[in-house]
Amino acid sequence: MQSTLFHRAATLLTTLMLSGVAAADWTERSDLNLRPGVTAVSQDVYDLHMIILGIVTLIGVLVFALIMWSVFAHRKEKNPVPAKFHENVVLEVVWTVIPFFILIGMAIPATRVLINMEDTSDSALTVKVTGSQWRWHYEYLAYEDDNDINVGFFSDLATPPEVWQRPILSGGLFPVGSYQERVGQERVPLTRDNEDVFNYMIEVDNRLVIPAGQKVRFLITADDVIHSFWVPDFGWKKDAIPGFVNEAWTLVPEEQAGRIFRGQCAELCGRLHAFMPIEVEVKSQEDFAEWLAEQQAAAADGPDMTPFASVDEAMEMGKPIYDRACAMCHGAQGQGQGMFPSFQQSALMVDADRKQENIDILLRGRGAMPAFRAQLSPKEIAAVVTYQRNAFGNETGDLIQPDDVQN
Amino acid sequence: MADHHEHHAPTGWRRWLLSTNHKDIGSLYLWFSFAMFLVGGLLAMVIRAELMYPGMQVVDPDFFNQMTTTHGLIMVFGAVMPAFVGLANWMIPLMIGAPDMALPRMNNWSFWILPFAFAILIGSVLMSAFGPGNPPAPNFGWTFYAPLSTTYGPASTDFFILSVHLMGISSIMGAINVIVTVMNMRAPGMTMMKMPLFVWTWLITAFLLIAVMPVLAGAVTMMLTDRHFGTSFFDAAGGGDPVLFQHIFWFFGHPEVYIMILPAFGVVSAIIPTFARKPLFGYASMVYATASIALLSFVVWAHHMFTVGMPLAGMLFFMYMTMLISVPTGVKVFNWVATMWRGSLTFELPMKWAIAFVILFTIGGLSGLMLSITPVDFQYHDSYFVVAHFHYVLVSGAIFSMFAAVYYWLPKWTGVMYDKFWGEVHFWSSLISVNLLFFPMHFVGLAGMPRRYADYALQFADYNWWISIGAFWFGISQLFLLWVLIKACFLKKGEKATDEVWEGADGLEWTVPSPAPFHTFDTPPVVK
Repeated sequence: MQSTLFHRAATLLTTLMLSGVAAADWTERSDLNLRPGVTAVSQDVYDLHMIILGIVTLIGVLVFALIMWSVFAHRKEKNPVPAKFHENVVLEVVWTVIPFFILIGMAIPATRVLINMEDTSDSALTVKVTGSQWRWHYEYLAYEDDNDINVGFFSDLATPPEVWQRPILSGGLFPVGSYQERVGQERVPLTRDNEDVFNYMIEVDNRLVIPAGQKVRFLITADDVIHSFWVPDFGWKKDAIPGFVNEAWTLVPEEQAGRIFRGQCAELCGRLHAFMPIEVEVKSQEDFAEWLAEQQAAAADGPDMTPFASVDEAMEMGKPIYDRACAMCHGAQGQGQGMFPSFQQSALMVDADRKQENIDILLRGRGAMPAFRAQLSPKEIAAVVTYQRNAFGNETGDLIQPDDVQN
Repeated sequence: MADHHEHHAPTGWRRWLLSTNHKDIGSLYLWFSFAMFLVGGLLAMVIRAELMYPGMQVVDPDFFNQMTTTHGLIMVFGAVMPAFVGLANWMIPLMIGAPDMALPRMNNWSFWILPFAFAILIGSVLMSAFGPGNPPAPNFGWTFYAPLSTTYGPASTDFFILSVHLMGISSIMGAINVIVTVMNMRAPGMTMMKMPLFVWTWLITAFLLIAVMPVLAGAVTMMLTDRHFGTSFFDAAGGGDPVLFQHIFWFFGHPEVYIMILPAFGVVSAIIPTFARKPLFGYASMVYATASIALLSFVVWAHHMFTVGMPLAGMLFFMYMTMLISVPTGVKVFNWVATMWRGSLTFELPMKWAIAFVILFTIGGLSGLMLSITPVDFQYHDSYFVVAHFHYVLVSGAIFSMFAAVYYWLPKWTGVMYDKFWGEVHFWSSLISVNLLFFPMHFVGLAGMPRRYADYALQFADYNWWISIGAFWFGISQLFLLWVLIKACFLKKGEKATDEVWEGADGLEWTVPSPAPFHTFDTPPVVK
C-alpha cells in the first residue's frame, strides 16, 4: 500500500519534471506560467521553476487532502467521540526531517544554476545600461577586440502619450468599449506570431541591439533613483542603482537572430515607472557588426550645427522631440500637471530676457527636471526651446539656433 | 469580594479617552484597526479601478503611486498590527488570569498615539486629492526605497517620517506592556509551558517588535537628516549607499512580516482545538516552531534584495536560510492538520475562517518557498507573483485569522452571539472573492507584469479585469462584517451567549461571564 502510494507520487513528480523540461521551449508563451525564455540560463531557470512548482503543488495537495478528509470523515455526526492523542514524537520528527531533505534536493540544482548566472567572464560585447527617470540609456563600451566603441543612445517609450494619458475621469469612471478600441485598433496582445508589431506600452523608439551567439555582458547602473532591468526571456532581472554598477549577462542562441525581446522596468522609480519599457533586438553577428559600424560612423561625424532657416523649420523638428521627451511630465499642450510647471504663457517662456535660462534648464536640469545635455544634440535642444516659446499660445517669435546652445 | 472596594466604571468620553481598562483599550484598538482596514481598502479600490482596463483612466500615475504607498502603510501599521494589539489587550489578561495589563496608563498612551499618527498620514493623502495645487502624498511604495524617497521625495515625506515614528513608539509601548504582563501577571500555577499558544505567540512577537521597531525609526531618522541636515547616508554622490537603506529597511521589514503572522498562528491554535474537541497536537513543538521562526526571521532579510547585486556567497546564505523557515512553518501546519485528524469537528464560523486560514496561508507559504529559490526569484521578484504571495499571507492569512478571532470571541466581548446569517454571507462572499482577487495575480506575475504598475501591456488585460472584479467584491463583502459588528456591539441584538459559548472551549477566558465584566480576576484563579 505504502509502496504503491510512493510509486504513484514518484511517477507524478517525474512526469511533472519531464513536462517542465519538454516544455522548455521559447515558442511557448503561456498565459498561466513562467516563460521558458530564450537562453540556456532562462531555460535552466524555467526547469527549476517547474521542479519547485511540482514539489509545492504535491505538498499542497497532500495537506489539503488530509484537511478535507478530516472535514468529511471526522465531523461530529460521523465521529461523535474525538480521539485523545495530542502528541507523537515519531511523527513530529518525521515531518521535520523529511522537509529538510526535500529542501536539500531543491538547494543543489538552485545553487548550480545561480553560480552559472553570476559568471560574467569571457564576454564578447559589453553594454552599459543606465536607468533614468524615465528612459533607458544604452552605451556600447567594447566589442570583440575594440575596447573603445563609444556608441550610445537613449531609448524611450514609443506609445504616444495621447494614447494612454487621459485627463482625470474623462470618459467616465468605467469607459464603455473594449480596451482595443481605447488604446488603438492596431495594438494587439503580444503573441508568438506578432511579436514585432507596434505593441501598446512595450514599444520603444530606439532598440537595444545585441548579437546572437555571443556572450553579452551588461553593466547596469542608474543616474537618479533605483530602476530594475528586466527582460523575462533572458531569465533574470538586475537593479540599476545610482552609484553602483551591477553585472549580468546573456547569450542568445544564433538561431534566434532577428527576434525581438521585450521587458519593463521592475523597481518603483516614480511617476512614470510603468512607462519605460525595454526592447532588445537580436541580430546575426554580421548584421550586428554592420549596425555597430554605422552607429560609430554617425557618432564620429559630430553634431549637426547647421542653423535653422526659419522658426517654422525649428518648430517642425521640435514638436516630435517635445512629444517624446517633455510631454509626459509637462503635458501635450504644455499645460503642466502636479509638480511639473505649465508652459502656457509662463514668464520663463514669454520673457525674452530668459531665453538663456530656458536653454540652461534643458541642458543642465533643475530640481526634478533631468539634464538633457547627453540625450539631445544642440540642434535638437534649440528646436525644442524654439517650439516651447512659440507653441501653447506663447508665440514669442524667438528662434534659437544650435550655436546658442553652449555646454 | 470585588464589590467591597468597588471601582465605578467611568462613563462617557472619559471612559474611552482616559481609559486604563484593558478591555476598553482592546475595543478601541479593534475598532480603530477596522476603520483603517476600510480606509486602506478604499485606497485599494482606487488602485483596482485604475487597473481594471489598460490605459490611464481614473487617476494620474503619480496619484496611483500615492495609493499603493498609503494602502500598504495603512494596512500594515493601521489595520493588521493594531488589530493584533487589540486582541492582545482583550485576551491576554483573560487568558492568563490577570486583572489587567501591567502598565495600564502606558496602554492608554500607546493607543491614543495612533489616531494622530494616521491623521498625519491620511491628511497628506487628502491634501493631495483635494488640496490647492495638489501637493503629492508619499508616493514611493510602502518600502520607501532611497533615493526615491529621500532625494526625490515630495514635501509630505516629512509628515510620513513623523507618522512612522509615532507608529513605532506606539508599537514598542504595546510590546513592552505585553512582555511585562505575561512575565509578571500570570495566575498561580500557570507556568510558561501551560500558557495558551496565543499568549506564547504574542510574547515572541513582542520581542520581535522591540528588536526591530527601533531599526525602522533609525532608517526614517537617517532619511530626515539626509533630507534636511546635509547628511548622505543613502546618497552615493555624498559617499553614502542606497543599498544600505534596503539592508536597514529589510532588517526591520522581514521580522515585521512575522510580527503580522505569529499572533495569527496563536489565534488558529486556539480555535481549531475548540471545534475539533481535541487538544492541540504538539503544543511544545508549536512553541519551539514559533521561536525558531522568530529567530530565523533575523537572518533572511536580504531575500527581499536578491536583485540588488550581492556577492554569490551572500545570495547562497540568504537562500538557504530562507528555505529553512519552511521547516518550522510546515511543522505548524502539520500540527493543525493533526489536531483536526480524528477529532469531532463542527463548523461554526470561527472554525470555517480557521480552516480557510490554514489552506490559504499554506498556498502563500508554498509560493514563499518558491520565492526563496534565488535564481527563480530573479524572475518572480517585483512582479505580481510577489503581490499574490504576500496577499495570500496577509489577507487570507493575518486578516482571516482576525476574522476568526472576532467571531470566536465576540460573544465573550459583547454577551450576544453574532448574526449567523450575515456572518455566513460574510465568510462565503469573502472566501470566493479573495481567491478571485489574488489567485490570478500569480498568473499575471509569471507572465511578466511588474508590480506597482499604473498601466500595462495588453496581454495582461483579461486577468486584471477579473482581479478588479474580485477586489470590488471583496471590498463590498466587508460591509457585511460591519453590520454583524454593529448588531452585536451597539444594538446588542442576538442570542444570549453562555459563559462557555463553545462546547469544546478550554481556557480561563471561558470561566468568566459573557460579556466579560469590566474588572475580572481581582482574585487570581488557580491553574492546576
